[in-house]
Amino acid sequence: MVSAGNRVESTPAGTVVLDAGGCLVAPGLVDLHTHLREPGREETETVETGSRSAALGGYTAVVAMPNTDPAIDSAATVRQVLDLGRDALCDVAVAGAITIGRAGTRLAPLAEMAALGVKLFTDDGSGVQDARLMRRALEYASSLGVTLAQHCEDSSLAAGGHMHEGEWSSRLGIPGQPAEAEELMVMRDLALCRLTGTPVHFLHLSTAGSIAMLRGAKASGLPVTAEATPHHLSLTDECVAGYDTVYKVNPPLRTEADVAAVRAGLADGTIDAIATDHAPHSQESKEAPFDQAPPGMIGLETALAVALTELDLPVERVVALLSWQPAAIAGLSEHGLSITAGAPANLCIIDPEIEWTVDPSRMASRSRNSPFAGRTLRGRVRHTVLAGEPVVVNGQAQR
Amino acid sequence: MRSATSLRQSSAPNVAGPGHTPLRHLLSVSDLGADGIEEILRVTDTFVEVSGRAIPKVPALRGKTVVSLFFEDSTRTRLSFETAARRLSADVMTFSVSGSSVGKGESLRDTVETIEAMGIDGVVVRHGGSGVPWQVAGWLHQAAVINGGDGSHEHPTQALLDCYTITRTLSARAGARPTGLAADPTGRGRSLDGVRIGIVGDIRHSRVARSDVLAFTALGAQVVLVAPPTLLPPSLVGWPVQVSHDIEAVLPTLDVVYLLRLQQERMHEALLPSLREYTATYGLTRDRARLLSEDALIMHPGPVNRGVEIAAEVADQASSVITRQVANGVAVRMAVLYLLLGSGVDLAA
Repeated sequence: MVSAGNRVESTPAGTVVLDAGGCLVAPGLVDLHTHLREPGREETETVETGSRSAALGGYTAVVAMPNTDPAIDSAATVRQVLDLGRDALCDVAVAGAITIGRAGTRLAPLAEMAALGVKLFTDDGSGVQDARLMRRALEYASSLGVTLAQHCEDSSLAAGGHMHEGEWSSRLGIPGQPAEAEELMVMRDLALCRLTGTPVHFLHLSTAGSIAMLRGAKASGLPVTAEATPHHLSLTDECVAGYDTVYKVNPPLRTEADVAAVRAGLADGTIDAIATDHAPHSQESKEAPFDQAPPGMIGLETALAVALTELDLPVERVVALLSWQPAAIAGLSEHGLSITAGAPANLCIIDPEIEWTVDPSRMASRSRNSPFAGRTLRGRVRHTVLAGEPVVVNGQAQR
Repeated sequence: MRSATSLRQSSAPNVAGPGHTPLRHLLSVSDLGADGIEEILRVTDTFVEVSGRAIPKVPALRGKTVVSLFFEDSTRTRLSFETAARRLSADVMTFSVSGSSVGKGESLRDTVETIEAMGIDGVVVRHGGSGVPWQVAGWLHQAAVINGGDGSHEHPTQALLDCYTITRTLSARAGARPTGLAADPTGRGRSLDGVRIGIVGDIRHSRVARSDVLAFTALGAQVVLVAPPTLLPPSLVGWPVQVSHDIEAVLPTLDVVYLLRLQQERMHEALLPSLREYTATYGLTRDRARLLSEDALIMHPGPVNRGVEIAAEVADQASSVITRQVANGVAVRMAVLYLLLGSGVDLAA
């Protein structure tokens, strides 16, 4: 960044000028929770397609989740994904697995991965079930300056559940997983955080009970952070009534009261970040019976608009939840910075008032499983600038 | 006892009948509403008469093709539908998973689109996954879908044949011929008004129970669910039912007791300690059957686990209408097929 302000006196010849009339110039967005699917599931997403999707959504950095095939549980796989991200349309950071193969039995080489710059570790897709192993992971990680992130789900209580357990699952005859399956692990990990002192980040919190516990934990000074997804702040389990598998996701869509709690948590700072949990799946795999379809939704190209449309918060607060707060959790020091001369130009230029209709067939993601298809949303990214390069101009990816 | 007031009704109920939008599919009992159910029961009367003829066959669906698409073993339901279709002179194709390319990894959608490409008019879908008939209906362009039972969700034709069995048995006993009371457009005088029905057993996993609750209450019945807490749905919000865990207290109050089949595998999910304990606490034993009023009906969707949910001699006693349910099943399914696929065809032809 050469200079910042409302007036630029002179530009060198050959400078690209982006029209930001009516727009908000914000630091680039940062996604703490992206499934880029590479290696192993390239038919649904790759680092290239996922990062293009991210750039179109205003992101200048994403954290790639390790539930790939093979899992990102070694220095070699970390290097592979970082290499793939080298010339991507956004910066690609990597979260490493806590356990080998995400199998929940043996610690993965956390120090070796941390040495390559990995700041977040998680077995996301499932939670670490064994309390003793999780305690050891937190203790071991305490010397590494990293954060462990948990997908909170007690697998024995959630077993066989394909949606939120409650009024709708009972009517629809779909086995559910109760809110308590998430809350039990939140409760346990708050206890383990207290025991070990290692920072814990809570992924995609979805229940009122989880958020209430987080609020108490923060008040008592525990080093905890939390994220919520665009779909958990906007959609309920009633969406499943037509058996459309696009609404199958884990954690599942919950009740109105849970949605209200997520929004309240975002408003009062209990929840630090909005993270997409962008989870691409092929159309064929989603065209299965509800109880056989894989859980997950894409979200990179709609997250900002869903947040601006659905949340009754000032735009600066929405950008905080999408940019500098997640950047701080991910330890991404070049992102989410205030816009001043000398800072790296990772920017997103947002038209906050434009209305548009979500059309998954026009997305850059390789998958189409958006729960917001057909919805009219307000606010959209006009340009995205990555380290000074305009990678998205007027809503078009430049490469 | 818990109770609640309203089950979700489909926002625009498709009612098969004159002056209404014709029903395109039969997926849920809630697609019908009370009027739609009564209409089907009236048409069923006609087909009961047809079934009693020397040659129980009419040409109503001649030239139409009905496919039974069964992803789950169910010889009874499949034969009932296929018999109904044949008695209407439809051509019948059977698609069962074992003899198909589904075993070779063909997707559900490909299977459905392939079958429709053969030029079919109706498809009866049975699947172990809740909601599959909705998905199938979304992929088909022309053919009508009839839900032949989906997972733990619904089994609408079973509920219709149950309603038919109860209403016609009660009205025959009262000495009146079936009058189709609900033809009364004011909605007064629904045909199960004042009838108290107990549904006993594994409600949680039962598609029959979900459809029956919708249908019985739409026709005005009071429904009480009797089951151990582990075999009830996790939430009964919006179910217009009462709940009891004391079968002996409920039996004397009932006009109809409806037993559900108990699947053996429930024991493996820690839902029950043993079949023996279930029978001891919730089974309709000979002694408990004496608590029923003399003219209370005993019903079961079949197949019966004799000695588990119902004692063998109780299943066979005079007040048991279990075999009548099966017989009525064919006529009800004829009515459903006729209304979906043959509207406008003159039955006298």
